[in-house]
Amino acid sequence: MALSLTKEKLVEMYRKMLEIRFFEEKVFELYAQNLVPGTIHLYAGEEAVAVGVCSNLRKDDYITSTHRGHGHCIAKGAELKRVMAEILGKKTGYCKGKGGSMHIADFSIGMLGATAVVGGGIPIAVGAGLSIKLRDTDQVVACFFGEGASNQGTFHESINMAALWKLPVIFVCENNLYAMGTRQSRAMAIENVADRAIAYGIPGEVVDGNDVLAVYEVAWKAVERARKGEGPTLIECKTYRHKGHSRIDPAKYRPKEEVEEWLAKDPIKRFKERLLQTNALVEAEIQQIEKEVSAEIEEAVKFAMESPYPTPEEALEDVYA
Amino acid sequence: MRKVTYREALREALREEMRRDPTVFLLGEDIGRYWGGAFKVTEGLAEEFGDERVRDTPISESAIVGAAVGAAITGMRPVAEIMFGDLTALAMDQIANQAAKIHYMFGGQVKVPLVVRTPFGAGVNIAAHHSQSLEAWFMHVPGLYVAAPSTPYDAKGLLKTAIRGYNPVFFCEHKLLYPIEGEVPEEEYLIPFGVADVKREGADVTVVATLYMVHKALNAAEELGGEGISVEVVDPRTLTPLDKQVIINSVKKTGRMVIVSEDCKTAGVSAEIAAVVAEEAIDYLDAPIKRVAEPDTPIPFSPPLEQYVIPDEKAIIKAVKEVV
Repeated sequence: MALSLTKEKLVEMYRKMLEIRFFEEKVFELYAQNLVPGTIHLYAGEEAVAVGVCSNLRKDDYITSTHRGHGHCIAKGAELKRVMAEILGKKTGYCKGKGGSMHIADFSIGMLGATAVVGGGIPIAVGAGLSIKLRDTDQVVACFFGEGASNQGTFHESINMAALWKLPVIFVCENNLYAMGTRQSRAMAIENVADRAIAYGIPGEVVDGNDVLAVYEVAWKAVERARKGEGPTLIECKTYRHKGHSRIDPAKYRPKEEVEEWLAKDPIKRFKERLLQTNALVEAEIQQIEKEVSAEIEEAVKFAMESPYPTPEEALEDVYA
Repeated sequence: MRKVTYREALREALREEMRRDPTVFLLGEDIGRYWGGAFKVTEGLAEEFGDERVRDTPISESAIVGAAVGAAITGMRPVAEIMFGDLTALAMDQIANQAAKIHYMFGGQVKVPLVVRTPFGAGVNIAAHHSQSLEAWFMHVPGLYVAAPSTPYDAKGLLKTAIRGYNPVFFCEHKLLYPIEGEVPEEEYLIPFGVADVKREGADVTVVATLYMVHKALNAAEELGGEGISVEVVDPRTLTPLDKQVIINSVKKTGRMVIVSEDCKTAGVSAEIAAVVAEEAIDYLDAPIKRVAEPDTPIPFSPPLEQYVIPDEKAIIKAVKEVV
């Protein structure tokens, strides 16, 4: 199925993955220069998940996101410059500087927002699914969360509810093996989060989360199922974050061999090799895309850096609608 | 004018708003055709509007409110019922961190028009997990409105306003209020938020009371009137926004204030109202502010224990006499 994707689609997916990677590398760099207030949770390494899932979605479909949400925003089609401006706390950011890295939303593209409470976005995705059902449209919701969140009560309450009502929700577990410093095996007695699907009577799929085409294919099936009114699917994407949990975290709890093993499975590297091998793209085209994406990122940084901060009194605005 | 119960008034508000606006829907535990709500507020609505719009849910408070949030930000106007106020603790993240903050946190991009209805209050011997009055928790969360009607008239008008608004509303009811009857006009009306109501005019002392305590305050005022003490009873009706002006105006007139609220005293509703008057109208006070509230204990089960902790007319009368 995946091989039937058009060249245009493959290029778009590769470009999105690169946008996320380059964006995150730039955020990390700005952070090191003390230009980013607060903390950051980088998505680098997990690009195949957001892009593999969101490449199946329409503009009017919804997603919910997490504290590690830059990649979700970009994959759903958010403007890089406004994401960057928000991360820098600028007035031109998506949330006028009120949200920051962990709370970006763009309702114009169905990005319903990132919540920084682990598991907090899962019931909200169910509500969006319920809304779709009540409004009788064929939209779907992709709900991103980590394996850590699958230990929250909200995960279980939400999947049960979505399964019961056959809501058009795709639950996407980004299993990056660690919830902060807690390895999955120290937080749950099972190996596959997807196995939990059986408890709620819905399909559960495990997929290589560093293979964008594999993610695309599994998500495609789940989206089709959701659009047809057949209900939710739980997809577990096995992946790995390249950096620590947040900016202060050197991730010393991860064995060196494990990190090396996962870095070798870099989703962008693998996709690039695949594209070259199948002659979908040639090296020159890849280089051209890289150049273009780098320029986009520079432009986003310039926009964000040159944007003004909100005036202090704006802190008092938007408490109530 | 015709009289209806507080329960019927709430049901009328729900029915009228559901007829008026197809995006309004209800969700909660046992609110549908099989039970009609633990306190029967939604009885008969599933028959009229169907099971999709009067939606029974699993026992999952966090997902109930979370689903309401998700629906509210995608074009619907959900009204969630949490069966007992105490159980809002299970949904606190969705109420306080999500519903209340989404409009602000996302820079005003989206509105969150939802209502969470729930009954508070002690007095029916169901002990510590079904009897609390936790209004103050929600007053402490910017982004939420908190309504607390004491009469059928106020209940209907405020609930309709809550459903039509663009902000999350935490709608406090009281289990002893459901059977209370009061005048409610046939014709439609709305009550704006942030407008207190003087339930009884008086000259000697201001008693600010909320929810079921309004009725006890009125009983106490009647008795004190017989003894020559003229009591003004002010009902804020919404705790957020709080109508400071009506309270302050009353205090300016009487020079004395007693606050009666069923929640426990420390950091409670009465603390906020007292602080407002202390900050903005202390020069008008001729006596210290008195608070009548529950002692800082869980609600006990055994009838003599429970009755001991719930503020009553005797306690209100005593407090009034201490300040006049």
